[in-house]
Amino acid sequence: MTFASRNPLGLLIRAALLALVAFIIFGPLANLVLWAFAEKWYFPSKLPLEYGFSFWARVFAPRGNALGSLGTSIWIATLTVALSLAVAIPAGYALARLKLPLRGAILLAFLLPQAVPNLPVYVNIARVFYEIGLAGTITGVVLVHASHGLVLAVWIASAAFAAVDPSLEEAARNMGASPWRCFRTVTLPLAAPGLMASAIFVFLESLDEFTGTFFVGVPDVTTLPLLMFNASMGGNYQIASITALLLLVPSIGFMLVVERFLKADVLAMVGR
Amino acid sequence: MTPQSPALRERFAGLALVAPALFVVGVFFVLPLLLSAVGAFRAADGSFTLAHFEKSLDLYTKDLLFTLAIVALSTVLIALVAIAIAGYLTLGEHPRAVAVLRWLYRWPLFIPFVVAGQVMRTFLGKNGMLNHALIAAGIIEPISAQSFLDWRGIVIAFVWKQAPFVTLLLAGAMAALDRQYIEAARNLGAGRARVLVDIVLPHVRGTLLVGLVLSFVTMLSVLSVPLMINPNSPTMITVDIAYRISTFADYAVANALCLLSLLLAALGAVFYLRHATRKVEAPL
Repeated sequence: MTFASRNPLGLLIRAALLALVAFIIFGPLANLVLWAFAEKWYFPSKLPLEYGFSFWARVFAPRGNALGSLGTSIWIATLTVALSLAVAIPAGYALARLKLPLRGAILLAFLLPQAVPNLPVYVNIARVFYEIGLAGTITGVVLVHASHGLVLAVWIASAAFAAVDPSLEEAARNMGASPWRCFRTVTLPLAAPGLMASAIFVFLESLDEFTGTFFVGVPDVTTLPLLMFNASMGGNYQIASITALLLLVPSIGFMLVVERFLKADVLAMVGR
Repeated sequence: MTPQSPALRERFAGLALVAPALFVVGVFFVLPLLLSAVGAFRAADGSFTLAHFEKSLDLYTKDLLFTLAIVALSTVLIALVAIAIAGYLTLGEHPRAVAVLRWLYRWPLFIPFVVAGQVMRTFLGKNGMLNHALIAAGIIEPISAQSFLDWRGIVIAFVWKQAPFVTLLLAGAMAALDRQYIEAARNLGAGRARVLVDIVLPHVRGTLLVGLVLSFVTMLSVLSVPLMINPNSPTMITVDIAYRISTFADYAVANALCLLSLLLAALGAVFYLRHATRKVEAPL
């Protein structure tokens, strides 16, 4: 222990540095919030000239498309979670518990969508979907989101199953439980928090996904990120900022609770 | 029943359980990726050609270099920020400052790129809060306020968004280290910067590299941020790909550009493999 903690200069420097970090993190977010409530804002005034809710009324008006886009986004994200977990839970269990031939190659295949730039995939799948009539449909967008989201789901599910103590399963089997019953009553409940975390990850990833929807969803599927993008490119900062705030709520909410779902013992098993 | 048949059954069961997930990844990810590779080399009559690459390089060499420079610079900055924050979280001696920093740094973690793009459009613009803060702090004159929405804006958005991700991984790896090494070095009189560079970093280099390579690849394929912050030439290759398709429906050149961006990503992977496989020396 040194005397540094009693040094007023050190305290000042620490406080100044933390304030700088706070400005870098929250400055951009605060700027977004200001735009969401600004009625008028021109250069060079530091703050909006008038505040109000008229743009909020426009966003949430039946004509404003935001509620429709929000609904579309949530529906797509829900279907993506359902599809991703339906295939990721068995795969994650097999990777964690069973002897698999070519296990390394399989793990690598599940790493690919995270490790390879996605744009070539979106561009070409959009073309194929266009030919078979899936472009601009919810199904097409869900398939694209799921092919990306299930990778995260497989890795987290596999880690969650690996973190379950095998001796508990053995005990259940020794007392005569069938493999399916053992999985349903012992393994699955113990892995549930990790699976919940992977479901939330996939949900958020789908909710926030832009590029895939940009190529595959046109012209009929407008999710919230696309609505935000169009408003921003159209120069309507208020509408874009309000939509961005709507997208931020689930993201930040999850950031604040993530550790409750994703415990260190599961994190330590990722990629094993 | 032969003796090895239960094991064989387990292998078949395992493959059957993995098959649906592999199918989805195979059909909706690997297959389009292969189509991209094929399309890049295919002339209109179906024969092999390099013309799409010639055209891509003719038109977009500048943008390819611009992309590489942006992503490489961002990766370096992300590494520095992540090491500084994770290092302080591990070695900081003031519990309150550490707690505040731990709470602060994570906010951009789950913010989507498209929102980060919009956030930075407001923050870095001529009338943005950054300019007002610089003016208020007396660093620049009001007259010299300028928009940062060019290559700097892209780099700032990337670092802001990705540094917390690498920091999270890195801080986790550092927290798992045996504190004995750190305490021993501190007792022998090593400063905190020295402990960070000489003792902590060599042990977590693998984690750092994984985080950086993932960020590198992610940034290479982000479309929204360059499209929103700096859509005019020179710009990032993702914008050019979207432009070739939306304006000309020119999938051939778009696919050639896609392959070139995959090549850039491969550079990242090669860098990772060369450095990750080098043996880490034990410090004590």
